[in-house]
Amino acid sequence: MADLGTTYLGLDLAHPVVASASPLAATIDGLRRLEDAGAAAIVLPSLFEEQIRLENAALEALTALGADSVGEVQSYFPVSSDFVVGPDAYLDFVREAKTAVGVPVIASLNAVTPTGWTGYAEALADAGADAIELNVFYIPADLAVTGRDVEQRYEDIVREVCGAVSVPVAIKLSPFFSATGEMAARLVAAGAEGLVLFNRFYQPDMDLERLEVAPTLELSTPAEIRLPLLWIAVLHGRISASLAATTGVQTPTEVVKYVLAGADVVMTTSALLQHGPAHLRTLVDGLASWLDRRGYASVAQVKGAMSQQHVADPSAFERANYMKVLQSWKTGG
Amino acid sequence: MPTAPSPDAARPLTAAPRVATVDGNEACADVAYRLNEVCAIYPITPSSTMAELADQWSGEGRANIWGDTPIVVEMQSEAGAAGTVHGALQGGALTTTFTASQGLLLMIPNMYKIAGELTPAVFHVAARSLASHALSIFGDHQDVMAVRATGFALLSSASVQEAHDFAAIAQMATLETRIPFLHFFDGFRTSHEINRIATLTDEDLRALVDTQLLLAHRARALNPDHPFIRGTAQNPDVYFQGREASAPFYRRVPEVVASAMDRFAARTGRRYGLCDYTGAPDAERVLVLMGSGAGAAAEAVDHLVARGEKVGLLQIRLYRPFPAPEVLAALPATTRAIAVLDRTKEPGAPGDPLFLDVVATLAEAAATGARSGAMPRVIGGRYGLSSKEFTPAMAAAAFTELASAAPRKQFTVGIVDDVSHSSLEYDADWSTEDAGVFRAVFYGLGADGTVGANKNTIKILGDDPGVHVQAYFVYDSKKSGSQTVSHLRFGPAPIRSTYLVRQAQFVGCHQFQFIDRIDVLAVAAPGGTLLLNSPYGPAEVWNRLPRSVQDTIIAKRLAMWVIDADRVARDAGLGNRTNSVLQTCFFAVSGVLPRARALDAIKGAIRKTYHRKGDEVVRQNIEAVDRTIEALHQVAVPATATGTRRLLPMVPAEAPAFVQALVAPMLAGRGDTLPVSAMPVDGTFPSATSRWEKRGISSIVAKWEADTCIQCGHCAFVCPHGVIRAKAYSAGALDGAPDGFLSAPLEARGFPDTRFTLQVYEEDCTGCALCVEVCPAKDPSVSGRKAINLDDKGDDPVPARARAAFFESLPLPERSHVDFATVRGTQLLEPLFEFSGACAGCGETPYLKLISQLFGDRMVVANATGCSSIYGGNLPTTPWAVNAEGRGPAWSNSLFEDNAEFGLGMRLAADHQLAAARRLVRALASTLGGGLADAILAAPQRTEAEIREQRGRVRLLLDRLAGVDTDEARALVSVAGQLVRRSVWIVGGDGWAYDIGSAGLDHVLASGRDVNVLVLDTEVYSNTGGQASKATPLAAVAKFASAGKTTEKKDLALQAMAYGNVYVARVAMGANAQQTLDALREAEAYEGPSIVLAYSHCIAHGINMQHGLDQQARAVHSGHWPLVRYNPALSGAGENPFTLDSLRPSLPLKSYMEQELRYRVLMLTDPPRAERLLADAQAAIARRWQLYEDMASLGGSRG
Repeated sequence: MADLGTTYLGLDLAHPVVASASPLAATIDGLRRLEDAGAAAIVLPSLFEEQIRLENAALEALTALGADSVGEVQSYFPVSSDFVVGPDAYLDFVREAKTAVGVPVIASLNAVTPTGWTGYAEALADAGADAIELNVFYIPADLAVTGRDVEQRYEDIVREVCGAVSVPVAIKLSPFFSATGEMAARLVAAGAEGLVLFNRFYQPDMDLERLEVAPTLELSTPAEIRLPLLWIAVLHGRISASLAATTGVQTPTEVVKYVLAGADVVMTTSALLQHGPAHLRTLVDGLASWLDRRGYASVAQVKGAMSQQHVADPSAFERANYMKVLQSWKTGG
Repeated sequence: MPTAPSPDAARPLTAAPRVATVDGNEACADVAYRLNEVCAIYPITPSSTMAELADQWSGEGRANIWGDTPIVVEMQSEAGAAGTVHGALQGGALTTTFTASQGLLLMIPNMYKIAGELTPAVFHVAARSLASHALSIFGDHQDVMAVRATGFALLSSASVQEAHDFAAIAQMATLETRIPFLHFFDGFRTSHEINRIATLTDEDLRALVDTQLLLAHRARALNPDHPFIRGTAQNPDVYFQGREASAPFYRRVPEVVASAMDRFAARTGRRYGLCDYTGAPDAERVLVLMGSGAGAAAEAVDHLVARGEKVGLLQIRLYRPFPAPEVLAALPATTRAIAVLDRTKEPGAPGDPLFLDVVATLAEAAATGARSGAMPRVIGGRYGLSSKEFTPAMAAAAFTELASAAPRKQFTVGIVDDVSHSSLEYDADWSTEDAGVFRAVFYGLGADGTVGANKNTIKILGDDPGVHVQAYFVYDSKKSGSQTVSHLRFGPAPIRSTYLVRQAQFVGCHQFQFIDRIDVLAVAAPGGTLLLNSPYGPAEVWNRLPRSVQDTIIAKRLAMWVIDADRVARDAGLGNRTNSVLQTCFFAVSGVLPRARALDAIKGAIRKTYHRKGDEVVRQNIEAVDRTIEALHQVAVPATATGTRRLLPMVPAEAPAFVQALVAPMLAGRGDTLPVSAMPVDGTFPSATSRWEKRGISSIVAKWEADTCIQCGHCAFVCPHGVIRAKAYSAGALDGAPDGFLSAPLEARGFPDTRFTLQVYEEDCTGCALCVEVCPAKDPSVSGRKAINLDDKGDDPVPARARAAFFESLPLPERSHVDFATVRGTQLLEPLFEFSGACAGCGETPYLKLISQLFGDRMVVANATGCSSIYGGNLPTTPWAVNAEGRGPAWSNSLFEDNAEFGLGMRLAADHQLAAARRLVRALASTLGGGLADAILAAPQRTEAEIREQRGRVRLLLDRLAGVDTDEARALVSVAGQLVRRSVWIVGGDGWAYDIGSAGLDHVLASGRDVNVLVLDTEVYSNTGGQASKATPLAAVAKFASAGKTTEKKDLALQAMAYGNVYVARVAMGANAQQTLDALREAEAYEGPSIVLAYSHCIAHGINMQHGLDQQARAVHSGHWPLVRYNPALSGAGENPFTLDSLRPSLPLKSYMEQELRYRVLMLTDPPRAERLLADAQAAIARRWQLYEDMASLGGSRG
């Protein structure tokens, strides 16, 4: 059987299939099930600084509601309910996770303030996270914000976090940069040791019955792998950082494609939510059997085999490819 | 085990005493907790804080001085607490309780027992008024005077420091004498005043309290190892002697207390006497009083003595046993005249109690020769009832009276008694304020954090060892939009001015709208400073001030500063929390500390307060401080006033005379000036006064979109404040409608020319948004807009007032034509409960409003004390209203504990009078003529149409009797109203129904009488600040359940159903408005006892009240609050009386709970425990649901 081993963020992994952030990874029991099912590493659900702040603000407002307003009531809650919502529970979870499972545990962080990014990153590292994935979720809805502003923001975050912690740091990228390649290079130069392609922003839908904006989350499908596939293929071998593919991994086929494009690891959530942790084994076995059928000895041997650097016609990943797709769609239609 | 015997109690402290800035309640509880082993309590204002602190400390594992953690238990009533105290004392535990007022009255039977058995114990009481002609939560000595015969010793402390110290002295004395002590201090004035005190350490207490006496107490306990019997019944042969047997113990008390005070002084340096005299050694005129009034009186004495007057003050500290020899010894031999001031009233007595004690003491001394010389002239004065201000000027007035040729034997001071002419005149401008004391007054809203900020300021300044501080807060009676006034003093010496600041060097007006309504500058001292929070900048603000305010600023030479605190807070990301901003302004301009040092102190306090909440929160607050300095501007005050604006009238010109004369001054904060003659003699007030108070408390108000509205009625149904009204009327009635009056065609077939208007009373709207939340009609063109929305109210109230007035002029629909059976129909019924001062978005008031619409013109209401009696019956204005016919709910509040019985009494009176009326109708049948008697006697009164017909018959009956000059006719006229079916409602909260009134409620339900009980179930004591009741759910955090309640909520519905003949319903209008309506109508129609348990979301749940109705729905859908009805009338028809109206739980309980702070607190502070309790609660729901389903399937009735 082929050697499935790979390296991601300097971590040696048994194979490239990683369980990414999902409700399955939100409990110790879930983590154990993922490990038992064969996950090479696990990304924990994000620590959201804004959620902590908003929740603190809301709880503070609720605690203060009605206090010192009438003669009979100085407060409505026992003094002992003067509490703070902080990252403690999450950090405890990271600590527990590290003792509960043997595979690397990657903490994910979504912060909104400079001190939030660095402070929480340090806390996560101190809690034992093997690596940190920065989940930058930023929609520049302010029309005055320029593309340069956005790029700088990403770069600053990466630089500051990497300066603050000694564990490896990966960043989950937005697919919407004008020049994803240059951006990737800048982020690596700023200290990122890994790039995760791509962040699937939660895009709101509309509820036509209630005429309301409705947050929806749809699980990804294999059709969605094209964009990350393209950029992994473009970036492989041209930047000195690990590449993680995420989005659309349903079957071994997508795993193989991503590896061929140059991904060091392939992350999956949707398939695990749909089929359960045991599906990890299907993905890993499928990769192994594809390699075996083709007579490859290892993942390393095929990793990036179809990256832009290695395909016969590198321009296939550029505009020509776009043309080709369009034409084939027409002819196929 | 107790520790070794006390170290040397006389050893003085070598180090500087520890200090704390605390209120009187905390000062007292801090000692009481450490000197006891068991504490049984029941919450009651103003003592609740003491018990809450004890519970908190117990929860935290704080030890008493013997190293053990006291047990604190909340009981179902003060009677229960007293019984528990008695039992724990008999068990040998040092036991205490904290109470006040009605609570103390409920303890009286046990107090006799505890004293009769010579049981050492101390009850700590924040003395409070008693409910007589009216309830009052404020302070006087009526409660403690009511227990002076129980055999308890009574010890009076007069300041925050004394409340701390006397808690210890009382404990020392009770253990040594075996006489139980009641240690009391003035409610609010002392219990809620914050002052800096020197505190007693555990070592101090161990040195002072003799542990051997604790062991002796234990040795006297019930113990099967050496059994005895106590609590026998005795007979004429020996009871009397037995009662006298304890006399020697009482005789020892003064000596023991004096000795304890001596030991205390030796240890702490603070010296007290049984009674303390201050003033001229050769005084001729002396005041005698006890309690906090001594602070004000002492100031007066100091000032008068300084100018050569021979006056003095005798402050009584030990009141029972009365220390007659000490009183005689303390009075200067030169004393010629004495005024004894009582803070209580004993109607019909020859004088109030302290007066009589002093008179008896002097008379006996004169008779026996124990005191030489002539017997001084003694007069009695009454002052300070219900926290009425008592100032040095009033004390001076008593001295003036003593100096008069013929002083009044009995007088009052502090009021204008133009009926009995008892009151003394006093010079309100006479001031004894120390020039070295800085005084500040702040006007704010309950919601704006002003009080919290001032508490913070006091702590900051109190940390300085050279600064003494005092703070006292005055609140108005509303729960929404309430006004707060903070009175702060700072100075280099201890502050004993036990009265409100009257000359403030600094006035902070934190709400700009106050400037138009309240005379905020009345307290400003000449040359002082005004800080105004204003949306208008320094150049613009002057012209926005009313003329009278401009005049005052100029006349008093006030420095004026202005800041837009709301904007600064918003810009700094603090939302509407202006407290840090305005606190900074105070420090920046008041000069109490050098500015740089003050700003450092504030920033230090911010770091201390917020460091746990993260760097960002600290940064935001500190940024707000810096922005504040930039945004703070001094206003150039012109030499002459030029303004044309006037202060707004408190009530409209068309308000009735009573409202103009009595209500308006109260609203303006001038209630103190109302004379006795203005007051009703028996506490009876006209209904429907809230409609004259246009509070305008919300800048955003509900606005109707006529085109989008489907006229379903849900907004009016849920409006807690009765500000949304609907009428249907003929199109022609619109003639003369003012601009902006909205109207739409009525959405109903068969009424082509009928219009519909949904009117919002904008000045009464609190902006709670429940109407918006419940509205099902959405504007198709603008996402998020509905048929009713919250929008800016605008600056000018006149157009909205005109629209409301025009709406009122439209004809009301004839009640018999309205469909009472639908939510849509009820919106056309006039609410007779309106514009209450309940919290914005209150979950209780919609139910009250609904029953007032359905039955209001024929209902009487017995209302238990609690939130509903406060927003329902607290002056100045009350919400129970009157319809155009002059009819409306007749409402009364008796007590907390007796409400079911109170309502039953109303029913019995009605039943008796109805029987008499029917007898008289029969007797006078021929006089009435025309078959009227038969028609009246046989009339069915099930529907509104039938009731209206009966009303017509009774009107005819009265017409026909008008000229009949017989006793029978007159008797029938007096009871004829009962011939229209009377609807008796017994209303109260869960604290009443589940706890204190439980036994009475049970008995009344068992009576079979036609009463309707409405339980407004907030699942917690809301009115007193969130203490757990037996309605509090499993897993919820509340005071006295701070780690989450571990027992299930009592299923009161199931208990009531067990009787079989009681109509029972559990409703939640946010989940099913129609079921609520059906249940209330069925309950009322059922001719027997009915009880409706109404889920009432509450501020004490820790929710955004805007989502209260959503939470009601979650409560139902999670199975926490299953909707049920049990109608015994169905049994008679052979059907299953039980109907399960809600569907099988479809939401996990957690999704309901996690929306509320009362559950979230535990999820955040102790997740494993929260999970465990949640699992228990979920399991309990499953069990109960199964039971309900089984009940519903007996003969099958699923709603």
